[in-house]
Amino acid sequence: MKINLKQAWHTLKNKPGFESFLASAAAIGIGLIFGFLLLVIFKAEKSVYGLSQILVVGFSSAAKFSKVLYQAAPLIMTGLSVGFAFKTGLFNIGASGQYMLGMFMALYSGIVWQFPWYAALIMAMLGGAIWGAMPGLFKAYFNVNEVITSIMFNWIGLFAVNVLLANIPMVLADYYGASNPDRTANMSAANKAAIIPKWGLDTLFDSTYMNISIFMAIILAVIIYFVLNRTTFGYELKACGFNRNASIYAGINAKRNIVLSMVIAGSLAGFGGGLYYLSGTAQYTIEKLLATMGFNGIPVALLATSNPIGIIFSALFISYIQVGGEAMQPEFAKEIVDIIISVIIYLSAFSLLLKGIIRKLIKQSATAGKEVAP
Amino acid sequence: MIILADIISATIIFAIPLLLVALGGMYSERSGTINIALEGIMIIGALFSSLFLNYAEKSGWGASHAQLAMLLAILVGGVTGLIYSLLLALASVSLKADQTIGGTALNLFAPAFAIVLSWAVQGQGQTTIYIPTWIKITQANFGLTISENPGFWEAMIFKNLYLTTPVAIVILALTIFLIYQTRFGLRLRACGEHPQAADSVGINVYKLRYIGVAISGFLAGIGGLAFTIAAGSGFQSTVAGYGFFALAVMIFGNWNPIRIFGAALFFALFKVIGSYSGSIPFLPSFSGIKYSQYLYQMLPYIVTMIILVFTSKKSRAPKAEGIPYDKGSR
Repeated sequence: MKINLKQAWHTLKNKPGFESFLASAAAIGIGLIFGFLLLVIFKAEKSVYGLSQILVVGFSSAAKFSKVLYQAAPLIMTGLSVGFAFKTGLFNIGASGQYMLGMFMALYSGIVWQFPWYAALIMAMLGGAIWGAMPGLFKAYFNVNEVITSIMFNWIGLFAVNVLLANIPMVLADYYGASNPDRTANMSAANKAAIIPKWGLDTLFDSTYMNISIFMAIILAVIIYFVLNRTTFGYELKACGFNRNASIYAGINAKRNIVLSMVIAGSLAGFGGGLYYLSGTAQYTIEKLLATMGFNGIPVALLATSNPIGIIFSALFISYIQVGGEAMQPEFAKEIVDIIISVIIYLSAFSLLLKGIIRKLIKQSATAGKEVAP
Repeated sequence: MIILADIISATIIFAIPLLLVALGGMYSERSGTINIALEGIMIIGALFSSLFLNYAEKSGWGASHAQLAMLLAILVGGVTGLIYSLLLALASVSLKADQTIGGTALNLFAPAFAIVLSWAVQGQGQTTIYIPTWIKITQANFGLTISENPGFWEAMIFKNLYLTTPVAIVILALTIFLIYQTRFGLRLRACGEHPQAADSVGINVYKLRYIGVAISGFLAGIGGLAFTIAAGSGFQSTVAGYGFFALAVMIFGNWNPIRIFGAALFFALFKVIGSYSGSIPFLPSFSGIKYSQYLYQMLPYIVTMIILVFTSKKSRAPKAEGIPYDKGSR
């Protein structure tokens, strides 16, 4: 039995993913320590309470855990959107705008056309895909940097969605007798069939936040993983990102692939917008701020080094500590959690360095073990 | 006519932060480092310079030495921005990490830190740091009397005049000189175009990239203060995406200081038309549409996209930007 454990350890530590995993774990540990130091500086007597809120609240009850899953589902989608684009050599900073368009199409088709939830989700993907196609088209045919187009279309999308929603009375809450005119309708009043089904999970977890969207997000992550790693199409997209000229030389249509990458990335973010706003619990309020869910996709993707399966876990992790961060209010600002995330991302930039240190440590422990053995 | 003066003066005050930050981005990219962290650096610069001005106001010293305090605030913004940007340089130059990762981390850190620090300094929930009104340059600074009904020129010049404006113009002139007329400028550009070639003639690529990022941090820090002044309601832990617009202005300006100046003015003009749309008589008002002001607020972004389509065929980024320089690689 002892030997088996040793063998397992040996095979595990030689796997290439293991060092990356340890490096990420180390980054997370240092980030949390940094956050704890901030808590101590600002309110020493409450610091332990604050940290325990961040670390424990997400698991403290079924209701809180449903909140983690509820926020993680759209986060996985925007993370996939950014990560997929990264894998194909594009920086999709426009997930926010694509998410907004996805939300708009989901609400419009769900309420005005009375679409059922699955059809409305497909419309959400379509909305995100159209908005994602823009940076792709501008890059492929006009040589405009996709970062700039994405940023511009984030704002165009925000304002366009605001004007459109404000001028379609049916999607607004006051059409159904609610008092706030700047809010979209409560789905249970507008179209019950457009709410993502709960399959009894809400009673099981005792929370209205619980529905099947987390499963849909995970399935899509697996599909994206499969497409990127097991299909010719995915290989072409990655080759195009790795070296555009070489891929053109190899007969790959680079322009088409840039547009397709962005269309897929956009549709993923748009799907996220649909998931969140068809949950039956979220209502969009017309405001002048870009959707943060889109921007949070960037750290989610970076933390997972754009690996679709890793994105599931990084989104769950970020959602988990965000729920914890909300619970530590009003003693501390919940933004401390954002600081922790940013430190983790910054350290993940050092992943090569961290990996080197970890490799050294493993080697040292191995040689130390040998010296003791005889 | 007075509305025209208003628009011109508002255009200038909104163009200043864009100009400063885009010039900063240019220094960094000319040295070969993409600085996506401009937004975060602006926030840090704005945070500390606003806190400084706030402190100068409370101590009572600021009001009597208004322009000196403002100059110091500009330095505070610049220096804190510079220090913050060194974190980017450390990650992307020394440790050769992916430049978007370090930049994204800095962008994420800054607004959260600003909120946490504003709360700690001013008390819970007090997110806005108010900027004193005495920082404005008035007619009195030039020994002129303030007239009841200012004429066209007077309104245009003094409506929104702050020390950041002349400082930005001086920085623009200095930049044009520095980039194209000095040895430093040539070397900086070489590091962004072909670092191996630069290294082969004895230029320290790492050092120049550090300097490029540091200058961008200094300028973005000042730009943060300039944005806070332009926005007018104090510092609220955000610069409303101006760091990213500045990136767009820099690309639009083709990494060339004079064209960046033009691009900043252009972008600011449409931004101002967007927010003044209600008071400009000849613009259609779309009265049947709720929230029609949003239609005008889309304008700067749409116009920028259209212009980029026509100009970016010729657009040429520094060749080596975004690629960490490794002495050992071929």
